[in-house]
Amino acid sequence: MAYKTVVEDGIDVLVCGAGLGGTGAAFEARYWGKDKKIVVAEKANIDRSGAVAQGLYAINCYMGTRFGENNPEDHVRYARIDLMGMVREDLLFDMARHVDSTVHQFEEWGLPLMRNPKTGAYQREGRWQIMIHGESYKPIVAEAAKKSADQVFNRVCITHLLMDEAKENRVAGAVGFNVRTGNYHVFKSKTVVVAAGGASNIFKPRSVGEGAGRVWYAPWSSGSAYGLMIGAGAKMTQMENRIVLARFKDGYGPVGAYFLHLKTYTQNGMGEEYESKWFPALEKMVGKRYLDVEASHLSHRPIPTCLRNHAFINEVNAGRGPIHMVTMEAFQDPHLEEIGWHNFLGMTVGQAVLWAATDVDPKYENPELTTSEPYVMGSHATGCGAWCSGPEDISPPDYFWGYNRMTTVEGLFGAGDAVGGTPHAFSSGSFTEGRLAAKAACKYIDDGKGEGIRVSDEQINRRKEEIYKPMEHYKVYRNEITAGSVNPHYINPRQGLDRLQKLMDEYCGGVTVSYMTNEKLLNIGLKKLKLLEEDLEKIAAENIHELLRAWELKHRHLTSEAVMHHTLFRKETRWPGYYYRGDVMKVDDENWHVLTVSRRDPETGEYTMEKAPLYHLIDDKPEAKAA
Amino acid sequence: MPTFVYMTRCDGCGQCVDICPSDIMHIDPVVRRAYNIEPNMCWECYSCVKACPHNAIDVRGYADFAPLGHSVRVQRDEEKGVIAWRIIFRNGEKDMNLLAPITTKPWGKHIPQLADVPSPSQDMRDSELLFNEPKYIRFDDGGLHTLEKAGLQLKVGVYE
Repeated sequence: MAYKTVVEDGIDVLVCGAGLGGTGAAFEARYWGKDKKIVVAEKANIDRSGAVAQGLYAINCYMGTRFGENNPEDHVRYARIDLMGMVREDLLFDMARHVDSTVHQFEEWGLPLMRNPKTGAYQREGRWQIMIHGESYKPIVAEAAKKSADQVFNRVCITHLLMDEAKENRVAGAVGFNVRTGNYHVFKSKTVVVAAGGASNIFKPRSVGEGAGRVWYAPWSSGSAYGLMIGAGAKMTQMENRIVLARFKDGYGPVGAYFLHLKTYTQNGMGEEYESKWFPALEKMVGKRYLDVEASHLSHRPIPTCLRNHAFINEVNAGRGPIHMVTMEAFQDPHLEEIGWHNFLGMTVGQAVLWAATDVDPKYENPELTTSEPYVMGSHATGCGAWCSGPEDISPPDYFWGYNRMTTVEGLFGAGDAVGGTPHAFSSGSFTEGRLAAKAACKYIDDGKGEGIRVSDEQINRRKEEIYKPMEHYKVYRNEITAGSVNPHYINPRQGLDRLQKLMDEYCGGVTVSYMTNEKLLNIGLKKLKLLEEDLEKIAAENIHELLRAWELKHRHLTSEAVMHHTLFRKETRWPGYYYRGDVMKVDDENWHVLTVSRRDPETGEYTMEKAPLYHLIDDKPEAKAA
Repeated sequence: MPTFVYMTRCDGCGQCVDICPSDIMHIDPVVRRAYNIEPNMCWECYSCVKACPHNAIDVRGYADFAPLGHSVRVQRDEEKGVIAWRIIFRNGEKDMNLLAPITTKPWGKHIPQLADVPSPSQDMRDSELLFNEPKYIRFDDGGLHTLEKAGLQLKVGVYE
């Protein structure tokens, strides 16, 4: 291939992916490392990339400690119960105690946050959410990152991390290619902050054909946060904790502001409240600890998101769908109606497009809801990601190996979707995690830990050959057939993605099997994933754009394999409503009140699974019964 | 398809190509106009629609569930700091105009150049504080939360 090799040497902090996590890392790195070389590599354009590309109408993680609203420990208690006990409390507490400063900065930079005229505090949508006019959220934070970084490489897709050859298990940078010029980019760096995205589109979506891109999470979030780190041999955690969302049907419009601020509610196809009737039986399955029907009513203790999904899924399976969102009452208030529409326009325009197309006016008709296909991510109400070190002043020894948010690979840090066990970070929390990771990365360098990094030409050339192989493969075999896309020697990225989605859906608990799987199915799934892995060696890319899709698919494949292994290892149904292990339906706290950790051997592809201790650092607050 | 480009309005300037997060807005080499090369990887995020200086890009709902005949248009004005939406239903019965602020301040001027602020002290480096904390946290007691301050003790208990 006649593509140039562009080498960027002597980097101190390389940020891979410039969504909210990456912009936070680039911004903060400049403060702690004034003399350091900070470089950002982003596969799209930093001004509109990541999950927040089209905006957000709420910041979903804000404590409001200055207004006496919440303290960090409250956030830990909330996220812990929502995730049925399974969180890294040290990381959650650490993010929560810094997140307010991030939000206050956003406001100073010009992000329009709504205020409650009576209290002067930010307008709350719910206990943790504040309302914003967030159409320009991403361009505003991107500006902060651009002002801090030495250089931002837009349109460079990072495919692999480089490993140091002077010291085992130490990162040494990353490689990738420019999706416009095709040039090969080599970044030699002392530290790397992986702030790439979680994974959409690894399970078969509900939409088909042209609509396949109308998924809930961004279709360009291709699991690179996981693909890069798994490929480098980093330990991963909670990969079985995929998420299923209850959303407005087809458009995937968010329901948070509707429930919390507009005070809408759901009912089944017969116009009945259905949720509570599923809870007594569910209580037997998950135990009173996670769902105490009586106490929940009295104390207003939130019911875990997955359990509410469980009620939804079962009601629909019982033939009493569709589930409707009752908007007709709230929308009679013109102010609330306007907020309802703005809510979509600020973050999910597709929902507004759909309602306009189908003449569904929520003022006069209650719209349908649905449960989505599963997603794998670490920053929404789910905690997939790398096994990372916590902060010095909080973490117990099992959770601490020197540098905050450093993975088990030296010099490799994570933020946002990349960090495991830290659900409910959302956008502000991801930016905060980026800041924490960047400070730690600078400290790592100042402590001399990144000295003497060595990357041989052999490693660089090997990766180059690997990256462009799909284009070579296409060139060699395309002329064996007359024309078209059916070739006995290769599949193209779309065909590979269809295959991945089908097998994840059918064997790993996707939507068509009602989120149900078992040991037998998972083992078959793993076998088929291995075959797909072999075929991915023969994937063909017709041009640079298809090469991008090919590498996105490879990252999705690595992510999927980790999800399968974790789901197989955890022999219980820890999150009914996200997925079910049909062979082990009950929550089993005796054996499985633990975090699951995996490592894929980069050389052999073999998986090692282990249990990691789950420390509860924050006590349960006595609940105000019958307050 | 989700986004499409009106032939007579597009001049092939490439701003949509520059901004698309999914790398699917491309310039057709023959007619030198932009088009969506991969509709099934489009998220209807409207980034290209907002970036187009000629209002040449529009969106129609996905063919697998959205009937034709609707319109959701947008104008983004950074000078005025506002974004304006117009939504027209398929049956024409609803025609809404909605306006929202996109920033409360002139673009970029209020974002600090961290290279120009004083270097952090060693104490700061050794602490758990981030840039401009605790000022920006604005806790009532001025300090950072620790477990001790919250009256909590590290509860070391494996698996429980």
